[in-house]
Amino acid sequence: MVITNDAQVNELSLLEKNVKKERRKLLVKRFVSNKTLVTGTAMLVFLTLFSFAGPLISQFSPLDIDPANRLQGPTAEHWFGTDNFGRDLFSRVASGAQVSMGVGLSVAVLTAIIGMVIGLYAAYYSILDHVLMRFSDALMAFPDILLAIAIMAVLGPQPVNVVIAVTLAKIPVVARIVRSSALVIKEQTYIEAMRAQGASSWRIIWRHILPNTVSPLIVQVTYVFAIAIILEAALSFLGAGVPAPDPSWGNILFDGKIVIYNAWWMTVFPGAFIVLAVLALNLFGDGLRDLLDPHSNKAIKE
Amino acid sequence: MLLKQHDKESLQRDNSVLQVRNLKKYFPIASPFGRVSGHVKAVESVSFDLFESRTLGLVGESGCGKSTTGRSILRLIEPSDGSVIYKGEDVLKLKQKQFQKYRREMQMVFQDPHSSLNPKKRIGELIEEPMEIHKIGTKSERMERAMDLLRRTGIREDQYFRFPHEFSGGQRQRIGIARALAVDPSVIVLDEPVSALDVSIQSQVLNLLEEIQDEFKLSYLFISHDLSVVRHIADEIGVMYLGHMVEKAPTDDLFANPLHPYTQALLSAIPIPDRKQRRERIIIKGDVPSPIDPPKGCVFHTRCPFAMEQCKTVTPVMQQHSTGHEVACHLY
Repeated sequence: MVITNDAQVNELSLLEKNVKKERRKLLVKRFVSNKTLVTGTAMLVFLTLFSFAGPLISQFSPLDIDPANRLQGPTAEHWFGTDNFGRDLFSRVASGAQVSMGVGLSVAVLTAIIGMVIGLYAAYYSILDHVLMRFSDALMAFPDILLAIAIMAVLGPQPVNVVIAVTLAKIPVVARIVRSSALVIKEQTYIEAMRAQGASSWRIIWRHILPNTVSPLIVQVTYVFAIAIILEAALSFLGAGVPAPDPSWGNILFDGKIVIYNAWWMTVFPGAFIVLAVLALNLFGDGLRDLLDPHSNKAIKE
Repeated sequence: MLLKQHDKESLQRDNSVLQVRNLKKYFPIASPFGRVSGHVKAVESVSFDLFESRTLGLVGESGCGKSTTGRSILRLIEPSDGSVIYKGEDVLKLKQKQFQKYRREMQMVFQDPHSSLNPKKRIGELIEEPMEIHKIGTKSERMERAMDLLRRTGIREDQYFRFPHEFSGGQRQRIGIARALAVDPSVIVLDEPVSALDVSIQSQVLNLLEEIQDEFKLSYLFISHDLSVVRHIADEIGVMYLGHMVEKAPTDDLFANPLHPYTQALLSAIPIPDRKQRRERIIIKGDVPSPIDPPKGCVFHTRCPFAMEQCKTVTPVMQQHSTGHEVACHLY
């Protein structure tokens, strides 16, 4: 058969297109039938919209102080009320969402990339494994929050430093997940088959082991995303996170702590959003795990 | 007459593609602190030749070292000693990098068709990958060849973009065979290629293997524990026991006239479909001794019904009994 023939090339690309279309249809079907995933995704979409559209809808800037109207409850004007400096809480929570979720997302992406590289190479080279895993044991032996505070103390309170601190605390978790699934994949016959072909380690690691560890990695990373939001909030609450006056869910909570008995809205609204975001990510992660697991095909409803 | 015999032998030697001599593989047993406390003697001085367009079957019970032998030849496991001579060169002496070009010539088909194909790759990519590794052809030439191989191994070309899990066991094994053929090898090690398949599928895959053997002039090393399968496909059979090759003979010769007591016992274990026809079963007593500490002398003497005093001390060597029929036993 000669493929240089134009008609045959067309036929082939048409075939590829059809197969891909078929697969996409199946994926959409599985996505829709997965209620957890749909709920989680919807909540995440809502939160993203809220964080970007919120500051635009609101007529108040999150940083404008208005001492005459301090600590007012939710009204038609100030939907979430005002804080102890008279700043509009709705716009603060909305732009706080940008900061908190931004930190969470950056941490998720960074831990995914770094953890993946460490995990893959640790699984492949056993000497490297011993070294890297002892490092990660050491990191994991510290409580996350303590480690993050220590790093923040060294680097200074900056949103970027929050990302660095939380990333460092969470890399071992992701690296271990990738390593453990890579260790299983490494022993599969198809890896031996590649070795029999004389494939380079680079090819085996990146082209054969990596694609098979991606699903547990993605699932784990969504959980890291959620934990990063909580850690950021905790750090900001303790005063070691995003510095005032920039809003983040954590430091709004911190401001609200003093007035918790007379201004419930300052605690409830940012708190509710933290819960919402973490819940959304956990649902998303669970749903994603079901979607990526090939054995869950039976979950499709006709 | 004498000359004729000589001609025959030299002809055979000329067609020999691969010579394995005194292949040994000892796996070290390390204590938790890394001290080597002993060795598992998986393969002990195995020698044989592979001939062009011919099949050597390796049979024996599990743990006898037949798979290790196959893997050692391809250096998936580094052998401890011995030589594998391909085209006049001892490939075991080469560095991995130099061995790379020989990998093209020696391919393998694995037992489990479910785990031997990467589930995340399209079957087309799987077949093209060996060509990519050995830098053969352009992208479109590789694709063309992959399509061609799919067709020849009995898979429709339009399945090119499908994933392995969309195929049955037999089809996957065909894909595995197509992948082995991709780089145009001359030797293929078949490690129990049909034992994971249904009986009806087995014969189809065996027929495919026979077809492509003639077409591509392939030498097979066919590893199996299934005697009836080996009888069907092999031209010559080597019987292994506890890492040793105890008997090697042309297939018909071996089945008609098994010499080694172990071979006799093995053959008597093949079930006969006819209920009326009874055969005396030779049942060997006891278990296979540990390969960590194999018996002295003949490895089989602990279970052999004909064991003599000599067997306990002197290790028998492979001796020619009749043309092409070799046996390692003191009885002959």
